[in-house]
Amino acid sequence: MIFYWNFALKLTLTDIIMKTFKVIASLTIAAIFSSCGGEDKPTTATAAQEEPQSMVKDAETYDPKRGEGKYTAELLALSDKLDEAQAKIGEDASNVKCTSCHKMTDEKLVGPGWKDVTKRRTGEWIMNFITNPDPMIDKDPEAQAMLELCLVRMPNQSLTDDEARAILEYMRKVDGLK
Amino acid sequence: MKNLFKMVALTGFVAATGLQSCKPKDTSNAVSGDAGIKAYVAPGKYDEVYNFVSGGFSGQMSVYGLPSGRLLRVIPVFSVDPEKGWGYSEETKPMLNTSHGMVPWDDLHHVQLSKTNGEYDGKWVFGNANNTPRVARIDLTTFRTQEIIELPNSGGNHSSPFITENTEYVVAGTRFSVPMDDANGDVAIDTYKENFKGTLSFISVGKEDGKMDIAFQIQCPGVNFDLSRAGKGVSNGWFFFSCYNTEQANTLLEVNASQKDKDFVMAVNWKKAEEYIKAGKGRKQAVKYAHNTYSEKTHTATSEIKTEVLVLDSKELKDICYFIPCPKSPHGCDVSPTGEYIVASGKLAAVIPVFSYDKMLKAIAAKSFDGEFEGIPVIKYESALYGEVKKPGLGPLHTEFDADGNAYTSMFVSSEVVKWNIKDLKVIDRQPTYYSIGHLCVVGGDTKKPTGKYLIAYNKITKDRYLPTGPELSQSAQLFDISGEKMKLILDFPTIGEPHYAQAVLASVIKDKSVKMFKIEENAHPYAAKGEKETKVVREGNKVHVYMTAIRSHLTPDNIEGIKMGDEVYFHVTNLEQDWDVPHGFAIKGADNAELLIMPGETQTLKWVPTKVGISPMYCTDFCSALHQEMTGYVRVSPAGSNVPLKFGTGITKPEVAAASK
Repeated sequence: MIFYWNFALKLTLTDIIMKTFKVIASLTIAAIFSSCGGEDKPTTATAAQEEPQSMVKDAETYDPKRGEGKYTAELLALSDKLDEAQAKIGEDASNVKCTSCHKMTDEKLVGPGWKDVTKRRTGEWIMNFITNPDPMIDKDPEAQAMLELCLVRMPNQSLTDDEARAILEYMRKVDGLK
Repeated sequence: MKNLFKMVALTGFVAATGLQSCKPKDTSNAVSGDAGIKAYVAPGKYDEVYNFVSGGFSGQMSVYGLPSGRLLRVIPVFSVDPEKGWGYSEETKPMLNTSHGMVPWDDLHHVQLSKTNGEYDGKWVFGNANNTPRVARIDLTTFRTQEIIELPNSGGNHSSPFITENTEYVVAGTRFSVPMDDANGDVAIDTYKENFKGTLSFISVGKEDGKMDIAFQIQCPGVNFDLSRAGKGVSNGWFFFSCYNTEQANTLLEVNASQKDKDFVMAVNWKKAEEYIKAGKGRKQAVKYAHNTYSEKTHTATSEIKTEVLVLDSKELKDICYFIPCPKSPHGCDVSPTGEYIVASGKLAAVIPVFSYDKMLKAIAAKSFDGEFEGIPVIKYESALYGEVKKPGLGPLHTEFDADGNAYTSMFVSSEVVKWNIKDLKVIDRQPTYYSIGHLCVVGGDTKKPTGKYLIAYNKITKDRYLPTGPELSQSAQLFDISGEKMKLILDFPTIGEPHYAQAVLASVIKDKSVKMFKIEENAHPYAAKGEKETKVVREGNKVHVYMTAIRSHLTPDNIEGIKMGDEVYFHVTNLEQDWDVPHGFAIKGADNAELLIMPGETQTLKWVPTKVGISPMYCTDFCSALHQEMTGYVRVSPAGSNVPLKFGTGITKPEVAAASK
């Protein structure tokens, strides 16, 4: 109530002398802080039952080339040769779970087209993003830029590890790997 | 307060003026200062307890979180639910099939959580249909009705779905005795005594899959079976049913079924019944009843009409059933956690009789009988009686138990909960309810190991408890903290329909088993489109099948032409999402049924018969993303005999998608 009262007051007094305005403005700010204060930190809907994580620590250690998730370049150890059989499995899986929103060209449908995605991003970034989209959309600068463009959060399609790896192989095939 | 009630009772004022005179005065005194904290669950935090509450004449079952009293879900069971497409989608219509055809409504009175070793195992919850006699099984991984079985030879399934301590059987006793299904039912109603029979159905439950089957029925004399409970612990192997209308009246039961000083509790030795079945004593009777099951693989229900049931005759096989006299029109018939005490509440009686299982067995062995009723031995009242709770209040109905040897009985007429000790039968505490309590429930209150802590009163009258909403008010439930010696009222919360019995279980027994979505790879629906490449529109005569997909935020196909007047269009919509809490809805203008609500990975079908030539919009009804308002499409309907070709697609201006359409 105090907050709203101050806010209303501020609006009615904006053309009064600067000094008064500053006093009221600072009161308003104080009121905002006190009304938002308290022990609990806000958490996202998906993490409601978990303890909030420190954003500061993440910002320092977050690797935008790798993304967030369990995959690393070492773990993936991508070959420079295509695994045709695996790419076929990936194509089938993506027809069920991905191609409603992604085309194989550079044309955006719901999400961006897949053409050259393996050249724009590392394999581990792609793997982390498709298996762990929500945490990455919350902090990855590239993922956030895509969200601003597409306005639909990429859904978690509950890909298994094998499916995700096969889809990456299919993406590599689309990008011309032999 | 107590004096007031006594005075009222003495003058007979209660009967003359009805419920309102029992309204306790000065309701503000009933709540103590810390009630708010006890019922408070912070935003984003989970409740401690699931409360499964019968929806009464709504036909559904509701799920509340306690202690907050938050409504978590309404599970459609016996009544159609257009919100969820239940009974409207082609897949769910068979669930409501009966021997009478599709029955879109019922009256769900009692719930029972499945048990292992007499404790809740969190697998299923059962509900009864009181009107067109049925029992439903709800799966607690999906919170969805998975099976409904109809009961032959039954007039109204009230004393149900009570279960044995390892969920071997769910019972169903008929409230209305009626002529058996294979007899000529076209008889004068006043031939009740001669032609009307009561049956008790024992429905077996598959240990792993929960599948129900009517194992046998016991044919009994024509009376009204009211409520029942399985024996447990020492009394496992027996079932106890309260019976009223032993006058066998067929009209003005209000007076004519209240003549005798004592009606009966019927004790049924179901282990003995099993032996007779093994020995081939059952009679195979021709009947007709529906058995409906829902598959989470095909996402489709099937209904089968069965034609035979096995019936045992209680008159011929004398050592299955015994009557125990019980004061005036017993209602609740509840068994203590050890299984030794059977608490029967004569709703017009001034005492609560407590029977002893041990004494009952001895009385049977010693043939301490008081003659027979319709060929069934009647045990002498005193021979089975452990003792009576004296002056408990007025109108005792139902009893549940805590972990410390106490019982809690609801008193309808005097509108209170009475706590008493099972051993010494002394009243410990009484608290008013607002108003006219029917059922009550304690967390784990019918198990071998009650949890206690909370008691919930389900009241029949609401009156001034909430803001007025016209002549009809939500029914009111009240939460009591029973952790101390005195019960403390901590919360009122409104309920759906009319709650009768409810059960409460610690959330930890259920919450981690919850299914979050269905795997699209495992979807075995014959009309599923697993990915947009499988979408298509197929005409078969005047039937048109649309294999459609939904994903944030478009339908495929979203433009359909070539539909003609006289067509039946089936929209088979597959939700391609694979994440928790992303259902899509589907609706089309002019549909005479309802919407679909499709869970991730599932396929559901809406039948649409166009009634007008022109353009019909369709859209997703469940807000799914920032572009939800864009999740729409059009169907063009042309006159019958038109030559507009069948054409469909999404984003058909793009060349590669256009190639997919014909």
